[in-house]
Amino acid sequence: MKARGARIPRFDRLERTVHWCNAALFLVLLATGASLYLPQLSEIVAHRHTVKTIHVYAGLALPIPLLLGLLLPAGRQLRADIGRFNRWTADDRRWWSRRTRPYAQLGKFNPGQKVNAIFVGAAIVLMLMTGSIMRWFEPFPDSWRTGATFVHDWVFITLVVVIAGHIMFALADRDSLRSMVRGWVPESWARVERPRWWVEVVAARAGLPASADAGGDVEAGFDERRSETRVGAGEMALGDRVHGGAADDFGESEL
Amino acid sequence: MSDAGSPIGRRVFLGLIGAGVAGVLFGAKVQDFLASIVPKNDPTGLTTLLPIGPHFRFYTVTSGFPKRAPQDYRLAVSGLVEHPFTLDYSELRALPPTMLTRDFQCVTGWRVPKVHWTGVQLSVLLDRARVKPGAKALRFTSFDGTYTESLTLDQARRSDVIVAYDLDGKPLSSHHGGPARLYVAPMYGYKSCKWLSSIEVVDDVIPGYWENLGYDVDAWVGHSNGRDDAPTS
Repeated sequence: MKARGARIPRFDRLERTVHWCNAALFLVLLATGASLYLPQLSEIVAHRHTVKTIHVYAGLALPIPLLLGLLLPAGRQLRADIGRFNRWTADDRRWWSRRTRPYAQLGKFNPGQKVNAIFVGAAIVLMLMTGSIMRWFEPFPDSWRTGATFVHDWVFITLVVVIAGHIMFALADRDSLRSMVRGWVPESWARVERPRWWVEVVAARAGLPASADAGGDVEAGFDERRSETRVGAGEMALGDRVHGGAADDFGESEL
Repeated sequence: MSDAGSPIGRRVFLGLIGAGVAGVLFGAKVQDFLASIVPKNDPTGLTTLLPIGPHFRFYTVTSGFPKRAPQDYRLAVSGLVEHPFTLDYSELRALPPTMLTRDFQCVTGWRVPKVHWTGVQLSVLLDRARVKPGAKALRFTSFDGTYTESLTLDQARRSDVIVAYDLDGKPLSSHHGGPARLYVAPMYGYKSCKWLSSIEVVDDVIPGYWENLGYDVDAWVGHSNGRDDAPTS
């Protein structure tokens, strides 16, 4: 196919930087946290006071990459992607069931990725809040301190599961994983895995508004054809129009 | 269904934050409830990995949990005494035992209910060494090489202050401070010096490891460190 070698940018430099800063900080926090929490590990690592100090400083640093990304002008795409985590469509609902998943026309993120992002975002806030109560406990009643420890412990265990799942799924979808490293996905991946997002990108390239019309076309095509390519007739025409004239490369000039 | 979708992500996010805040406010009660339905001595040890029941969290301030075989264990009593002496493990166990069943309360908030301790009252050791007049306090040293603790003589002579060697009917493990540790029932856990190797009688209280880092020297459960826990003894 003509578009086989084409690339679509998925994560800009700022998003990738924020992601990998978060990943590094989470790794340090989970490692130091686990060795404070599990007796089997605290035996190997020990030096409780040092480990605790590292854990507290890494914890205080945790929200900084994300906050900078949210506040800096360069974080436009990051803010837009966070907006995408918020919005859940009928296709997102179809994705959850194995039976209806083949008919789900996804946007830039699949619902699992959305849940992961939302949970990790909430976890940052909760861990910062409960960790601060545990560290600077003087002004709080004892029951809050116990409650904060309780929440901190459970969020930690859930985070271990969620992050392990995140890494597993990322390793299973190399194109998606690579886009967090080099920034782009093959256009063929976007067309098959994220058709609604692909339409958006293609429309933007062509200078058309990424409107509900394009989305409507996806639905129309889906209803008519249920095709194995999972792409409706409507946007194929749109796509062809773009590919006719545009470079197959990065297409940055249009963006 | 509109193409924009519903703002479910925000609701999930705020819901999680709300659940977390509720957990801080009411988690202590939830934990008590979970504790009541989880068996205390789970043979698999799995429940101790989950934050559900009351269980000991094992702290060490050095590079590991020091291990010493019972046959290598020694406890020295020295300082302002007429008869300084050193006991080995079997000599310690041969002294008249005292059994205590008390809640164990940590200053960081966790509490293990109804722990059974067996050991020798500290006053028995002090009587045997015969404390000289002018002595005011005790200084405890751990064979971890770093940890120290203190008690006044009056505190040390209470009947619920022991050198413990059994916990729940079994010899103290290294994690719990074995072969023998101090157990000060009415005070927060940090007073109960683990891996006890020496007791020195001195003329004034010398603050211990955590006391130098800000904890109260007189660590009565419920009346120190700004806490209001139910007393343990």
